[in-house]
Amino acid sequence: MKPFGYLRARTTDEAVSAMTRHPGAVFLGGGTNLIDLMKLGVATPDLLVDVRGLPLDQVADTSDGGLRIGATVRNSDLAAHHAVRTRYPALSQALLSGASGQLRNTATTGGNLLQRTRCPYFQDISKPCNKRVPGIGCPAREGTHRDLAVIGHSEACVATHPSDMAVALAALDATVQLYGPDGERSVPVTDFHRLPGDTPDRDTVIRPGELITEVLLPPRPEGAVSVYRKARDRASYAFALASVAAVVTARDGRIEHAALAFGGLAHRPWRARAAEEILRGAATTDDTFTRAVDAELAAARPLRDNAFKVELARSLAVDALAALTTRN
Amino acid sequence: MDPTSERENSSGQLGETRHRSAVALHINGTPRTLTLDHRTTVLDALREHLGLTGAKKGCDHGQCGACTVIVDGRRANSCLLLAVAHDGARITTVEGLADGDRLHPVQEAFLARDALQCGYCTPGQICSAVGMLGEAADGFPSHVTEDGGDGSAPARLTAPEIRERMSGNLCRCGAYPRIVEAIEDVAS
Ligand SMILES: Cc1cc2nc3c(=O)[nH]c(=O)nc-3n(C[C@H](O)[C@H](O)[C@H](O)COP(=O)(O)OP(=O)(O)OC[C@H]3O[C@@H](n4cnc5c(N)ncnc54)[C@H](O)[C@@H]3O)c2cc1C
Ligand code: SF4
Ligand code: FES
Ligand code: FES
Repeated sequence: MKPFGYLRARTTDEAVSAMTRHPGAVFLGGGTNLIDLMKLGVATPDLLVDVRGLPLDQVADTSDGGLRIGATVRNSDLAAHHAVRTRYPALSQALLSGASGQLRNTATTGGNLLQRTRCPYFQDISKPCNKRVPGIGCPAREGTHRDLAVIGHSEACVATHPSDMAVALAALDATVQLYGPDGERSVPVTDFHRLPGDTPDRDTVIRPGELITEVLLPPRPEGAVSVYRKARDRASYAFALASVAAVVTARDGRIEHAALAFGGLAHRPWRARAAEEILRGAATTDDTFTRAVDAELAAARPLRDNAFKVELARSLAVDALAALTTRN
Repeated sequence: MDPTSERENSSGQLGETRHRSAVALHINGTPRTLTLDHRTTVLDALREHLGLTGAKKGCDHGQCGACTVIVDGRRANSCLLLAVAHDGARITTVEGLADGDRLHPVQEAFLARDALQCGYCTPGQICSAVGMLGEAADGFPSHVTEDGGDGSAPARLTAPEIRERMSGNLCRCGAYPRIVEAIEDVAS
């Protein structure tokens, strides 16, 4: 590992100005992804700007009935939070389905959103990878890609985004609050992560030096229920092969509102707008659910070894929708 | 960090460019101050600088749990924690669990149930179990917790709950059945 400086920022201004002074600086959250990548030689920062001392460690109600989640709130605390468990169960379930008790105690909201792909070539600096070195090539397309993308990928990169939390946030219409050299801005989670296109080195739309300060959840729509389902190679402590977050409001056998996002399938949480279109106003039957999910997954272009993920995603989503609508 | 380095850090100069800092850690109740390269993990500080070899290095990448210690009351993988980022932290390792000659109830249960074979994963399993029991007492849910809870009551630790909550600790010897029994003994 390359030697580096360390700064514990006390204010968001101090954090952002350190980034402006040092082009080789990166923020340190819990470090569960960054330190791993530094050990692997994938991340080589000159300076770590530790954000855990910033006053961003609270979960609080907003005046409109939503929730404000600080960037340094630990994943375990967020999953256990009363308001999250009762109002946004999909978020709590997504967090609890990820990593381990130890890792969730360390990982932060901001770091979770910005964790890098688990593509094996990305993590191995002896192999080429367009995400590490743009233009050098992508061995995953022909090589080991069983766990990688089936939708929205490009010639340049077929990686997936590994976060479970981000999938739930995408379905819940959360927004990321950013503070950087040019001030504050907010970006919907659904627009925060990118598709790879020709520039797979950029996972998200975050700009150099920008700090995630918090994530905002809008109020839960009246009567909405939500769930997170995840399929993986073992029962616990494994990344998603496919996952789904669903938020549904149904009345008298009709769907009033539905939001659906897939995880494990793409370079970003995959918000299923085509499926949602079909679900809105339709009857809460298995036929509707299958039609809607199939319409979304028609855009899938699986690679040689990962077509099974499409089928997994399909059954997870249909089951999730059925479970949410038979409950009320 | 010592007071001088705090000033250096906030002045935005030295702390940013040098590669070593003084770090104060409270290990098993004893304050220890070390000057460490920033690359030093808490696991390496314990094992290489303080001679506390209870926490084990299995994978060094957060994948096995052998390095689990308790940091400010919560279990964590010490291989992924930088010592410099834990200046001032209270850390409990397996060496600090016993009360004098009286073993911690989780240690007693592991002995009584013979919940190990080679023992390499055991310090991590025990620290993880101690941390996990605290989380359950605080009402933390798990992936297998039935819906409807809101965290106001302690979580009930059935065998599936224990298995899920302990999934961050691998055991290559496969002592899992006895590990679950040992923890059930303490939880009930
Ligand atoms: C063995 C293992 C299994 C795992 N399994 C899962 C799983 O099943 N599901 C899952 O979702 N995740 C899983 N994870 C990943 C884990 O969730 C992430 O490592 C964690 O959420 C990252 O959070 P952190 O705070 O530790 O981030 P860090 O490692 O500190 O940071 C990650 C990135 O975010 C940046 N960053 C951090 N905070 C901010 C901020 N406030 N503003 C701007 N940039 C910031 C850092 O510069 C870095 O680039 C697993 C990890 C391991 C090691
Ligand atoms: S899929 Fe993306 S991350 Fe993986 S090797 Fe190809 S370019 Fe790199
Ligand atoms: S050594 Fe830390 S998790 Fe394996
Ligand atoms: S007892 Fe040998 S690894 Fe667990």
